[in-house]
Amino acid sequence: MIGEWFEKLSLYLRFAPVQHALIVGVLIALCAALLGVTLVLKRFSYIGDGLSHVAFGAMSIAAVLNLTHQMWLILPITILSAILLLRTGQNAKIKGDAAIAMISVGALAFGYLLMNIYNTSSNLTGDVCSTLFGSTSILTLRDSDVWLCVILSIIVVIIFILFYNKIFAVTFDEDFAKATGTRANAYNLLIAVVIAVIIVMAMNFVGSLLISALVIFPALSAMRLFRSFKSVTIFSAVLSVICALVGMLISILAGTPVGSTIVAVDAAAFVICFLTGAVKGGIRA
Amino acid sequence: MALLTVQNLSLGYDNRTIVADLNFVVNQGDYLCIVGENGSGKSTLMKTLLHLQAPVGGTILTGDGLKKNEIGYLPQQTMVQKDFPASVREIVLSGCQARRGLRPFYSREDKELVEENLKRLHIEDLAKRCYRELSGGQQQRVLLARALCATRKVLLLDEPVSGLDPKVTAEMYEMITQLNREGITIIMITHDIAAAAAYASHILHIGSTVFYGTKKEYLASDLGKFFLKITEGGDAQ
Ligand SMILES: Nc1ncnc2c1ncn2[C@@H]1O[C@H](COP(=O)(O)OP(=O)(O)OP(=O)(O)O)[C@@H](O)[C@H]1O
Ligand SMILES: [Mg+2]
Repeated sequence: MIGEWFEKLSLYLRFAPVQHALIVGVLIALCAALLGVTLVLKRFSYIGDGLSHVAFGAMSIAAVLNLTHQMWLILPITILSAILLLRTGQNAKIKGDAAIAMISVGALAFGYLLMNIYNTSSNLTGDVCSTLFGSTSILTLRDSDVWLCVILSIIVVIIFILFYNKIFAVTFDEDFAKATGTRANAYNLLIAVVIAVIIVMAMNFVGSLLISALVIFPALSAMRLFRSFKSVTIFSAVLSVICALVGMLISILAGTPVGSTIVAVDAAAFVICFLTGAVKGGIRA
Repeated sequence: MALLTVQNLSLGYDNRTIVADLNFVVNQGDYLCIVGENGSGKSTLMKTLLHLQAPVGGTILTGDGLKKNEIGYLPQQTMVQKDFPASVREIVLSGCQARRGLRPFYSREDKELVEENLKRLHIEDLAKRCYRELSGGQQQRVLLARALCATRKVLLLDEPVSGLDPKVTAEMYEMITQLNREGITIIMITHDIAAAAAYASHILHIGSTVFYGTKKEYLASDLGKFFLKITEGGDAQ
């Protein structure tokens, strides 16, 4: 049984598309987890959720317009929405949650409507399903997508490392940061833009409904076990990458949809971390 | 020119004025105590001075080339999420952030400054602990250490001794006075009028009546006499 799996796996791993999928998956998982910690702590996770729906709407517009390079439409729209959502979230007078719910559900409905009216493909339900829940197979990535994803992830990781200390300062105590002269609003904006980029990257892969899970689960798992920002960030990144790899391998072997498999593995990891944390009372780190 | 010149300042939320027409000046090396009852607008004044909040009216002028990243601030309360993972050292180090500008990492001097301030507040053995798991007084000291890392010029303290035990309170006042002697300007909110009378150079009293002047003038005024008497009466019981 094991030998059979191993044979199948090594056969698959020789394929370039499989290698590409693994690389892309690992990079997306890494980026999502890095920013996930801040997102959860800043209570920005709702922005992540809203944005993924906006990205879905943008994608259906791109599909209807029959664009070859859909990214060039989806990316700016999502980034713009990220900035708008951040603004409304900060403005206490407008109910931030309600505005975001409106935008995100609106975008979802609008996207589905557009696809329904204009889509020429015979397999509409399949198309919608794969945009929402990710492709059933991870081998459909195009070379240009892979490259774009690799470049964007490297940029995201570099930005995160360079701005790590600032992100911590702004996340822990925005008022203090502002009072002492850190440009908190600029960094909030940077965080929102980076989140938008990650969501667009991840959408092709796990689908727009499952992105939030990729962002939130590793951070929550790490927070069960660790007590300092640095250790939480590092652990969630490592955990996320491992879960993504395991999820993708299972998906290849068992033929399950890749997005939901990864999320299922993430959820299982969370349960393990939660139980370990409850037993140990947290590792002091 | 003075470090801070406040002219006809009115404070409040959503255009609802809490305090109107404040006028005072803070010079380099001053030790200004802000006193007044609960809810009189002391914290609001401090937030307005820090530009965390827009004034309802009036102006705040900064002088002497005071830059924003030369200010240290100890908030009255810090809203930290319940399970925020952050070690004491990470938090104190974040006090050095603003001075870094766009440079990404902390320097050796920053780290030494952190160790120095941890020692100064007797929390060096807490350095690796999680902030959320500390007692209120320990948390207060961590935030003060962070404020000390942020400034070499001006320190704004919103009730720095609340929650501290008497020994640490006395040490804290001693330390603030020491910092003031070293040339750091202090603006401190306190309910401890006796301490204000002992250490401050100037006093700003806000509430139904507003007073600003030197400590001597305050102690000679009816307002000052009245409040000092209540607190002394309270102590005598
Ligand atoms: N975010 C807010 N929105 C609206 N009103 C507020 C807000 N924060 C405080 N207030 C009101 O402003 C007034 C002044 O509050 P402030 O916190 O400045 O008082 P304080 O003098 O610092 O009191 P304390 O001694 O209790 O710290 C109070 O009446 C309070 O109800
Ligand atoms: Mg107050």
